Amino acid sequence: MPNPTRIEVNCETGEVLEIELTDAEVQSLEDARVAEEARKAEEATAAALKAEAKAGILQRLGITAEEAELLLS
Amino acid sequence: MANTYTLIAAVNVGAGGASSIDFNSISSSYTDLVLSLSVRTTQATTADDLLMRVNGDSTAGRYAYKDLYGNGSGSGSGGSTSASFNYVGRATGSTATNSTFASNQIYFTNYAGAITKSITFDGVTENNASGAFGDFLANSYNQTTAISSITVYPQSGASFVQYSTAYLYGVKNA
Repeated sequence: MPNPTRIEVNCETGEVLEIELTDAEVQSLEDARVAEEARKAEEATAAALKAEAKAGILQRLGITAEEAELLLS
Repeated sequence: MANTYTLIAAVNVGAGGASSIDFNSISSSYTDLVLSLSVRTTQATTADDLLMRVNGDSTAGRYAYKDLYGNGSGSGSGGSTSASFNYVGRATGSTATNSTFASNQIYFTNYAGAITKSITFDGVTENNASGAFGDFLANSYNQTTAISSITVYPQSGASFVQYSTAYLYGVKNA
């Protein structure tokens, strides 16, 4: 199965090339994909923890999110 | 307002897709550059982050960006003062509504001047559900050499799909 390709355009000549990636470049893309998925998972976890902490504070204060927004506006 | 607006080069991604799009040998004869993107990627998400490098430069610390975004559920900001790439918004991903593409524009002011480069971005992804984004970005590239090549690629390592397009325009002020 051929590797993915990248597109290069020479703006001086107008030549458009579709260049097959090397195995090393393909691996680099795969590494980037894995790193990106890990980053997004980390972000999702952090967001969930923040939401949980926020809900805890609202419950302790006995106010709703809308009331908190009003207070902070 | 621009005196002339010239199409320098156009890319239409074919059936094989493309992992990146690179414009090189860009003439220094314009005042500014505009890169218009209509892009969708193979990444299993509704919005896939897009990155950009100029002059093939991946040196850490030469790029900075500040993002202001909203997605219908809320808004936020992010950025970096020292990066190895510019962040240029998002492409629509493969789990977004079928046949929808992000609409993005990147403006390079005084790209050939012997100054630090200032690059702005505005764009939106498309999705007939949650998970669509609007972004405004201020980017910079701290080298004073003229920009002669521009490469855009998904941060995820995914590919641009068929019918994605990229149009590079030169803008002259006289």
